[in-house]
Amino acid sequence: MKKIVIIGNGISGITAARHIRKMSNHAITVISAETDHFFSRTALMYIYMGHMKYEHTKPYEDWFWEKNKIDLVRDFVISIDTDRQKLELQNGRGVAYDELIIATGSRPNKFGWPGQDLDGVQGMYSFQDLENMEVYTKNINRAVIVGGGLIGIEMAEMLLSRNIPVTFLVRESSFWNKILPAEESEMVNRLIRSHHVDLRLVTEMKDILADKNGRARAVVTTDGEEIPCQFVGLTAGVSPNIDMVKASKIHVDRGVVVNKYFETSVPNVYSIGDCAQFETALPNRKSIEQVWYTGRMHGEIVAKTICGKKTAYQPGPWFNSAKFFDVEYQVYGDVKNEMLDSEDCLYWEHENGQHSIRIVFNKSTKALLGINLMGVRYRHEVCDRWLQQGATIKEVVGNLKKANFDAEFYKEYEDEILKVYNSKFPEETLKSTGKRGLFAVFNQ
Amino acid sequence: MEKYIKNAGLVLFIIGFVVFVLSLSLSDYQLTDKIVGQQGEGEKYEALQKATKPMEGKLYDSNISFIRDLKKAIKSANKSIIDKYTIAEEIASEMALKSMDGDKFVFRKSVIDEVLPANGDVATEQNKSLKDFTGWLEGKEFSSRKELSDQLTSAIQNINNSLSYQKAFDDYSAKNLVFSMTKASSLGVLKGNIKLWFFLSFGLVIIGALAYFFGTYSNVPAGIKNNHIFMDALTSRGWIGVILGTFMIAFYIFLYFYPEYLTNWVLLVDPISYKLNGGPASHWFLYGFMYTFAVSVMGIRMLLKYWGNAYQLIRTASVIFFQFAIAFIIPEILISLNKPGYDFKNIWPLDYDFFYNYNLDQLMESGFLGWFMLFWGIALIIIAVPVITYFYGKRWYCSWVCGCGGLAETLGDPFRQLSDKSLKAWKIERWMIHAVLVFAVINTVAVLYTFFSGSYSLFGIGTETIKASYGFLIASIFAGVVGTGFYPLMGNRVWCRFGCPLAAYLGMVQRFKSRFRITTNGGQCISCGNCSTYCEMGIDVRWYAQRGQNIVRSSCVGCGICSAVCPRGVLKLENGPEEGRLDVANLIGNKEVEKV
Ligand SMILES: Cc1cc2nc3c(=O)[nH]c(=O)nc-3n(C[C@H](O)[C@H](O)[C@H](O)COP(=O)(O)OP(=O)(O)OC[C@H]3O[C@@H](n4cnc5c(N)ncnc54)[C@H](O)[C@@H]3O)c2cc1C
Ligand code: SF4
Repeated sequence: MKKIVIIGNGISGITAARHIRKMSNHAITVISAETDHFFSRTALMYIYMGHMKYEHTKPYEDWFWEKNKIDLVRDFVISIDTDRQKLELQNGRGVAYDELIIATGSRPNKFGWPGQDLDGVQGMYSFQDLENMEVYTKNINRAVIVGGGLIGIEMAEMLLSRNIPVTFLVRESSFWNKILPAEESEMVNRLIRSHHVDLRLVTEMKDILADKNGRARAVVTTDGEEIPCQFVGLTAGVSPNIDMVKASKIHVDRGVVVNKYFETSVPNVYSIGDCAQFETALPNRKSIEQVWYTGRMHGEIVAKTICGKKTAYQPGPWFNSAKFFDVEYQVYGDVKNEMLDSEDCLYWEHENGQHSIRIVFNKSTKALLGINLMGVRYRHEVCDRWLQQGATIKEVVGNLKKANFDAEFYKEYEDEILKVYNSKFPEETLKSTGKRGLFAVFNQ
Repeated sequence: MEKYIKNAGLVLFIIGFVVFVLSLSLSDYQLTDKIVGQQGEGEKYEALQKATKPMEGKLYDSNISFIRDLKKAIKSANKSIIDKYTIAEEIASEMALKSMDGDKFVFRKSVIDEVLPANGDVATEQNKSLKDFTGWLEGKEFSSRKELSDQLTSAIQNINNSLSYQKAFDDYSAKNLVFSMTKASSLGVLKGNIKLWFFLSFGLVIIGALAYFFGTYSNVPAGIKNNHIFMDALTSRGWIGVILGTFMIAFYIFLYFYPEYLTNWVLLVDPISYKLNGGPASHWFLYGFMYTFAVSVMGIRMLLKYWGNAYQLIRTASVIFFQFAIAFIIPEILISLNKPGYDFKNIWPLDYDFFYNYNLDQLMESGFLGWFMLFWGIALIIIAVPVITYFYGKRWYCSWVCGCGGLAETLGDPFRQLSDKSLKAWKIERWMIHAVLVFAVINTVAVLYTFFSGSYSLFGIGTETIKASYGFLIASIFAGVVGTGFYPLMGNRVWCRFGCPLAAYLGMVQRFKSRFRITTNGGQCISCGNCSTYCEMGIDVRWYAQRGQNIVRSSCVGCGICSAVCPRGVLKLENGPEEGRLDVANLIGNKEVEKV
């Protein structure tokens, strides 16, 4: 029996703990400074908006941890002594380990803006950020959000739920256009504006001005415009939260450097989740993976290695999802913001500008590369299988209804994309396979 | 603009609600000779007439004192009748003495004529019933006077005890009497202007609520509208929720046990009752009316809230239709045609009195239609439930058709997030709901036994006792007071989850032999918890979703809200092939990771 210590009770650390427990009898301790129990960071916005309370965001009931003999410690790790295999906690206690997993997640980027540490200036990552936001958005008449990513748009939605007018500064020429293709990105621009957010594209923040109490009172843009506000949300990305690791002997770059087994430069020390950085990125993937799903996948794999079945990280096709106000976004496979010369795609967009389907494929082999969806739900299993098997665009479009995952009675758009296909490939047109409908039970 | 409509609606609603509550005290009460005369004819009514004499002409300004006096009067009428027909127990020993035959005592009926001759009406009747009750003693020999005397005493006691329901007003008819006499004795502003007061109470509540909902939900983008639910004192078990819950619990207690205090509300719906079925309204008509309007008005709210979600729109239209047409209007029309007021969508064992003797008698006496209803009801139980549930899951009934489900999905929708999601609650739920199912079956077996055999005792337990306890504990307290009254405190499906025996039956089919499931979309779950929070049945949906497993649970009513609120499109209610439905988790992500 080994003593396994995990720093961080986020999705990656907790998944590792759960899987180690399922496979072994090792002693497991999870140390985290943020909250007593694992909660879903992705649900922070819903607490602020009143859809849920903190309790609802805990994926496991509180008895779960004791029952599964997972020891929870609420404390902050200040240093790691890899020679003596020991951690030092803020309360002065030392914790010894046989194997250590660093899963400390991210923290919001701050780029050295003047005034970035004033009251009422913050990111939105931790539970404490949420508590601060609650305090600093009381009775205010404008907020400015800086940085156009997924957390930025969530923050805008949060503030709007409290009727706080929002100005949204986005450096790029269109929202999230480093990830989204132009049409989808433009769709999100429209959505943001339709919710009466003052969206400023190609605009950066230069300065945050303070009032006499040391609280933000205005933001100055690079154009020199001063925007009065009482709250500034910093959502220009996140980076690994590894200050305490930097002081140790463990090799770090932007994140804690790991190989494909999540092993760091020091024996018996692993790192997973948002804070890990692969020494060589896998093809078509980033070297630091900062999403929920990858954190979970890292946790599953590292648990195997720790339990004696050394396993390399080998993710299946990429997938992700988000929600832009009321429009859901899903992606399966590899959809770039700008297609390569070797790629081609089918794209359809609903006239109301709230639904779209994009299917990217290889020009010469016709193999499916990725599917991008706005306001339409597709079946992960089907898309994943097509991607792994390299299904051709013809097979995909011909069977697209099998992939649809929208609720019953919803309008079906697969015939629209079929039309796009048929006009692109008039020599081998496809026929609609009919509606699903209520009585589909009888023909499955 | 919307804001003004919303606020105006709220004001109207509050005014209407206050008028509604205050209207309970808006009448004066005066009992007249005529009212008593209308109640019925016969000896007990004559006694009632005498007993209520002191009340007549007296003007009461509150129903509390009126009802108190009326109850006293009925009690004294009962007492006078019972006193009149009571047979003195002492005659037993006298009869025994007269039956001496040598050193034995042999009972012969003739001794009754000696001791209690049939002189006059009362004595004739006493004489006759004593003969009836002692028929089995005829010619029997006893060794002592006491032995015979004891037998006779107990016969006399039985006769005297039966007087309260044979000759006087039993509890049930006394209750109806109080209700109808109180209602008829009402006087004053309300009764003079029923239509006006109807408008000021029900009318304003309905108009105000609709205006509020239109103001709130129209002109906002389609999408999830759950903002502030856990900050609102109504929807998060705050003070408004507690007050509303208390009000609803009190309403149910009065409705079931003290309807005589609600006669003013019943008066308000009298004109509608006359229009629909040709007769005056009872408190059950009032309840049916309120129920139907709650489902309809709150159903419109549901439609507005989920505009853009086709499943919710069709499903909500369905529950409104079934409540309005099938549960409310058609039975009323049937009653006006002198046919059984049958609700064609109510299924045993939820419809717990379907096999009660009075219902069976009524159906069998109603010609072809009655027999059709009987077979329809049985076909629903043995064919419709398993077959339709096999194809579509129990949702076809629980969240598309059922009245209790209809109320929960409409009036109860604002409270769905209050259901308990803990594992402990699930354990309690499984015990409780199946216990109620067993109780319902025993109850029905018992009443059918009585129906066919005529005997009132099954394995030593009185069938009437079983029936009465089911009616009180399950049908009134559980389904009504707790099931609906606790909406603002424990969520909107307390009854459906913990109590409904039909849900237990449907659930077994759904769990073990059905094509229905909620499919989890591969690895897309982010464990946010919206699905579990908004599950009215308290299913921890996330527990399955975050491990990539389909949700197959007997309690799921298929309302579809988890799928609606999931921000990542993870959940889909669907009917599909049975194979693979119960498979273990398949969390897509890593290649080659064995499932653990
Ligand atoms: C608002 C928001 C919305 C998001 N939405 C999505 C989404 O929809 N989909 C998606 O895929 N991803 C989303 N993400 C990203 C996703 O939440 C993260 O990728 C994921 O939570 C990372 O998990 P982790 O386990 O690596 O780290 P974390 O969840 O960050 O957990 C790390 C924990 O370690 C603790 N810790 C750090 N240092 C120490 C120390 N020295 N001592 C003790 N404890 C320490 C931290 O306090 C924290 O509790 C979102 C993120 C945010 C902030
Ligand atoms: S609502 Fe969706 S994403 Fe959230 S926990 Fe449920 S299934 Fe997962």
